[in-house]
Amino acid sequence: MSFSQILNIWPDSPALSSIIAILGAVLLLYLARITMQKAIFSMSRVIHNGFRMMARSVLIAEKKVVERNKEVLLNAGERAAEQMIEREFHRVDAAVRRDMSGYPALQRTLAEQIAHIDEDYRESSELPVPPPDWVKAVETLAKLPSKGDKWLANILGDIHKTAVAQHKNAMEEYRNACSKRHSLLDKMMPYWRKLSQTLDQVDKRIIGLHERTKVVDSRITEYEEIQKKTDTAAHMLTSSSITQFFISAFVLLVAIGGAVINFNLIALPMSEMVGGGSYIGNFKTSNIAALVIILVELAMGLYLMESLRITHLFPIIGQMDDKMRTRMIWATFIILLILAGVESALAFMRDRIAADMQALRQALSTVETAQPTTSWIPTVGQMVLGFILPFALTFVAIPLESFVHSSRTLVGVAMAAFLRSIAFSLRLLGNIAYYLGEFLVNIYDLLIFPALWLENLVRNKEHQTEIKDMTDINDIIVKEEVSQ
Amino acid sequence: MKKLLTFSLVSISLFLSGCADTTSHSQGVYMLIDSSGTYQQEAKKAQAIVNYLLGTLQPGDSLAVARIDSASFSEKDIISKMTFDKRPSVTNQQKRLFKQKVDEFVAAVKGSAYTDITGGIMQAVEYLNETGSGKKYVLIFSDLKEELVKGHIRDFPIQLSGCRVAALNVTKLRSDNVDPREYYKRVEAWQARVEAGGGRWRVINDLERLDAILAD
Repeated sequence: MSFSQILNIWPDSPALSSIIAILGAVLLLYLARITMQKAIFSMSRVIHNGFRMMARSVLIAEKKVVERNKEVLLNAGERAAEQMIEREFHRVDAAVRRDMSGYPALQRTLAEQIAHIDEDYRESSELPVPPPDWVKAVETLAKLPSKGDKWLANILGDIHKTAVAQHKNAMEEYRNACSKRHSLLDKMMPYWRKLSQTLDQVDKRIIGLHERTKVVDSRITEYEEIQKKTDTAAHMLTSSSITQFFISAFVLLVAIGGAVINFNLIALPMSEMVGGGSYIGNFKTSNIAALVIILVELAMGLYLMESLRITHLFPIIGQMDDKMRTRMIWATFIILLILAGVESALAFMRDRIAADMQALRQALSTVETAQPTTSWIPTVGQMVLGFILPFALTFVAIPLESFVHSSRTLVGVAMAAFLRSIAFSLRLLGNIAYYLGEFLVNIYDLLIFPALWLENLVRNKEHQTEIKDMTDINDIIVKEEVSQ
Repeated sequence: MKKLLTFSLVSISLFLSGCADTTSHSQGVYMLIDSSGTYQQEAKKAQAIVNYLLGTLQPGDSLAVARIDSASFSEKDIISKMTFDKRPSVTNQQKRLFKQKVDEFVAAVKGSAYTDITGGIMQAVEYLNETGSGKKYVLIFSDLKEELVKGHIRDFPIQLSGCRVAALNVTKLRSDNVDPREYYKRVEAWQARVEAGGGRWRVINDLERLDAILAD
């Protein structure tokens, strides 16, 4: 007997059978309501709590990642700040040494210049002797009226002449003295100028030192912030790291462009050396050989930069003693030089092969084409490019180091953001599970609404009866009290 | 220590042999030029196709040009065949030499009485299999009208597995103009024969699209 046959109580009346079956189902569901509600709620709570716990774990992991990031960032920042401060102090030291070593000479120059000026000034301050006071007396006597006395008039005339001559002499002397003073003052000008220049120089040096100390101050402030492990310092370092990441990524892209040009320059002539028809996997051996040469150049560039202590990607190279490091510098430089020479030769060969191919294509072509210009400029250009590019690629080490360091921060930040989003999703799922439980209970109630409606009706009736009973009792009590 | 060294060497050699590329990337092209009376004037077009192939093929590739005459299943009908050197500079010299031979053939081409296309294809397959090329192309520059010498047997299946067969410049004959169904019938018959032999069939009539010859 199948389930449908069980439900079909009256085979002649399927509608009635269905109604009875539905009513039976509603009754059964109503009876199981409380148990079912409990089951649904407990299920939703289990899921909700599970998701919450998972979200909590993820948030803890995110917190750890953030802390680790901060620690790494602050450590790196602290190291960088220390190096910067050290370098600034070295600069200040160099500036002080340079300027202070010049100070005795400067002081002597200043003293000499001041002495010169002082001497000239003193000389220029010596006034010419004024005409003697008796000249005025004689002049007064000479101007006295002679009153017709010829002898007296002659005497007075002589006196007047003498006075005029004396005055003329005195004026002459005065003018000479003034001219001498002016010439002395004029001689002072270059000393003044020199003095001014020397003082300007001193001023500039002092200002330079002042600027340096300001830089040192700001670096020290940054360093203090980092040492305090403040969030501001962490944010500052993060943003700086992200900027570094994008800048270094851009420079690396430029370098990749250079490497591609380099590759195209040597891939064709490499086929002359390793064969144009051989393959490794799906790639031409000549292309792989060209790529290997470029990669070897890059590696040599990295080692050179590392040996020069410009980058710090390989601590083992940085820790080498100076003698070994110098040897390494020379070895990498010589290898680079040889590779640059090889590339230059390959570039020359490429030009020849390309020209030969062009000639063949022209011979094969049925259409008349323009004769290619035979100039040595492209050949030389390619050779120079082939020689320079390996050395240019050497400097890739610098942006590469920045990229590696800054990508650590960026990966950390991205990881934290990813964990945060996972935690959010888990919490969201937990809440959805919780409210889904409530929703299912409501749906359950909706399915058995006739039973619930009846239950409500019965309860209301009972409630009303209870209220009526209570009112009756109250009335009786009131009546009894009134009769008493 | 000795054991470790031996083990390392064996591992490295196994690793390298595992990495080695055994598939051939070279291309082999065998071009059959119909030299029958009706098709003799088309030799210039065939020359242009050969020139295109010479410009396109790479070092390590193989190229052969043969004529279709009364009995084409013979090395004597090969005008020029060459497997290009691995070095581009040597390849260029070989291509020049090849071109010269084809030019000489075109200048002195003589019409044949019969057209043994099947024999030519069989010769082509034999040559291409010998070269060991990764991709094998048989180009048939013909109107696909086969005319055999009495007694020559060619009505048997030909083995063309792994070969791409392209019919180039399949000109319409005067009789095709009377009844075009003859032309389609001829082409379809060849297609069926090639595909039955395990080859891939294509018709390229527009010689402006020569790049389609070696396209997959």
